[in-house]
Amino acid sequence: MASVQIDSSTESLIRVENLCKTYSLDSGINGTVNSQVLYDVNLNINRGEFVAIMGHSGSGKSTLMNLLGCLDTPSSGHYWLAGRDVAALPENELARVRNHTIGFVFQGFNLLKRMTALDNVATPLLYAGVSRAESRRRALELLRQTGLGNFAAYQPNQLSGGQQQRVAISRALINNPQLILADEPTGNLDTQTSGEIMAVFERLNREQGITIVLVTHENDIAAYAHRLVRLKDGRVIHDGGVTA
Amino acid sequence: MNLLAIIGEALRALRLNRLRTGLTMLGMIIGVAAVVLMLSIGQGAQTTVNQAIASMGSNLFIVMPGATSSGAMRQSSGSVQTLTIGDAQAVASLPSIKAVAPIITGTAQLNFGANNWSTVVTGVTPDYFKVRNWSTEDGEVFSDTDLRSAARVVVLGQVTAKNLFGDEDPTGKTIRIKSSPFLVTGVLAAKGQSLDGRDQDDSVFIPLTTGQRQVFGSQFPGTIRFMMVQGKSAEAMEEAEIEINQLLRQRHRLVEGTDNDFTVRNMAALAAVATGAAKVMSLMLGAIASVSLLVGGIGIMNIMLVSVTERTREIGIRMAIGANRRAILTQFLLEALVICILGGLAGVALGISGAWAVSRAADMVVVITLGMVGLAFFFASAVGIFFGFYPARKAAAMRPVEALRYE
Repeated sequence: MASVQIDSSTESLIRVENLCKTYSLDSGINGTVNSQVLYDVNLNINRGEFVAIMGHSGSGKSTLMNLLGCLDTPSSGHYWLAGRDVAALPENELARVRNHTIGFVFQGFNLLKRMTALDNVATPLLYAGVSRAESRRRALELLRQTGLGNFAAYQPNQLSGGQQQRVAISRALINNPQLILADEPTGNLDTQTSGEIMAVFERLNREQGITIVLVTHENDIAAYAHRLVRLKDGRVIHDGGVTA
Repeated sequence: MNLLAIIGEALRALRLNRLRTGLTMLGMIIGVAAVVLMLSIGQGAQTTVNQAIASMGSNLFIVMPGATSSGAMRQSSGSVQTLTIGDAQAVASLPSIKAVAPIITGTAQLNFGANNWSTVVTGVTPDYFKVRNWSTEDGEVFSDTDLRSAARVVVLGQVTAKNLFGDEDPTGKTIRIKSSPFLVTGVLAAKGQSLDGRDQDDSVFIPLTTGQRQVFGSQFPGTIRFMMVQGKSAEAMEEAEIEINQLLRQRHRLVEGTDNDFTVRNMAALAAVATGAAKVMSLMLGAIASVSLLVGGIGIMNIMLVSVTERTREIGIRMAIGANRRAILTQFLLEALVICILGGLAGVALGISGAWAVSRAADMVVVITLGMVGLAFFFASAVGIFFGFYPARKAAAMRPVEALRYE
């Protein structure tokens, strides 16, 4: 795991320079049509920050999120994650970065169906090569911390939305990531549950110093963050205070 | 990434879709069972043929009275008795010949006490038993003295002995053949079916001379029905055949240009043909069965492709939380392999019970070897890997972003 070891002296966790993303669409008779989604995005996020990314649909915020999460590779530009240039890594290396450095929380929870909460939380460790017993021990510990200790044997469809999202957060945390990427994590939840979930993120950020990047289109959710990045038509149009 | 855990994931996925897994497995079960069953039937046929050949005796010719023409009329083989004891003795003196057994046959009614049985009575010389490599199970075969004196002695085949005597020991007892008393000198060991499907154990043997003079009589004294000739070695068979032909043509005073009035049949060549036919049948059965294995494999590929498409989102999630391409490939390949291995095991069991049922129901010899089972199992696994690879690779080649977005 030496290659994933982080140089903790670097303040910056995410540094993006001139990031561009162009999708090529095959439109049949016209040949391929290129559609550029991100234009020269520059962004620096330090360790321990809590950043909200906002923008209308089509603004490129999901694309940026996918790039930051190493789920996709940029067309051009650079991306240093924890001091390492990950823009051009091969897929297997990216899988390792996702496994060790990043925790994902999605709008639709994205838990594996018909698998217990405990197994869902433990799954990332399967790919990290951790033994089954150890994985389950750590998973149960995390579920207890998020108040779901009694629900370990439940399957996702037996849990409420808020509980499912807590399971997803536990899963994101299991391999001690430095970064949590949350893509509209409260999009499917009611206001009260949303508040509870956001409180969890806030606590993780404050108590454990985990960097959190959150995509949302709701202002009151963005208000939990300490910094706001607003995108429009693939460009950063605001980077600074949350109240903007 | 630990393989055991990924096997666990594969098993879990298969359990979630029990019906589908079961049906896919059924294709494999039937394929493997068919291969095992067909191979065992083919092998059984080969064994039967080989046993029949071995029971015939080695390096054997059969010399029969041949197609003769009297004037313009051609008559079928055996219609005229052209072979004589003298011919047999002459053939026996050829250098390439080890032994000759002249044979006459007829059907007769046998009696022992209240039991009676009708069977083929064969008049032979003691050499016959050597040529056929046929020993007694009890008692002795008759001697040259018995032959010279045309003694009323008889050797029984197993089936005939059972029918006349039941559980009694026949040796030393007297039976009646066409109402004449004959002393039973021995009972032959079981020989089984001949190549033409006759039960060789349903027979009795008496001295040739006794047969000619006292049982059958003959229009032409001194003629025989046919003779079995044993060559000295397998290598000298062709040479022996030429010698027999020359000798008999000379003895029968056949001028150049006329047809033989006898037929020499090389049983070794016949045996080779029969063995070859059995082998071809065996191969064909195997080939037909492997088609069903192939169809089973295609079924697996089909289901795995559907499964991969259906689980696109799951694949995306797994990739997002750190599964690399190899982990995904391994999981899906293992799912296909598990289906094949479990299906293969069940198929082997089904094939063996099927073979047993066939041997019971159709009274056929079936042979199951470990190699056969191993072969079927090996092919099942190979089919699993071959047909499972494409869907698994398709799953592993997905881009995480797109897989996650899949509805």
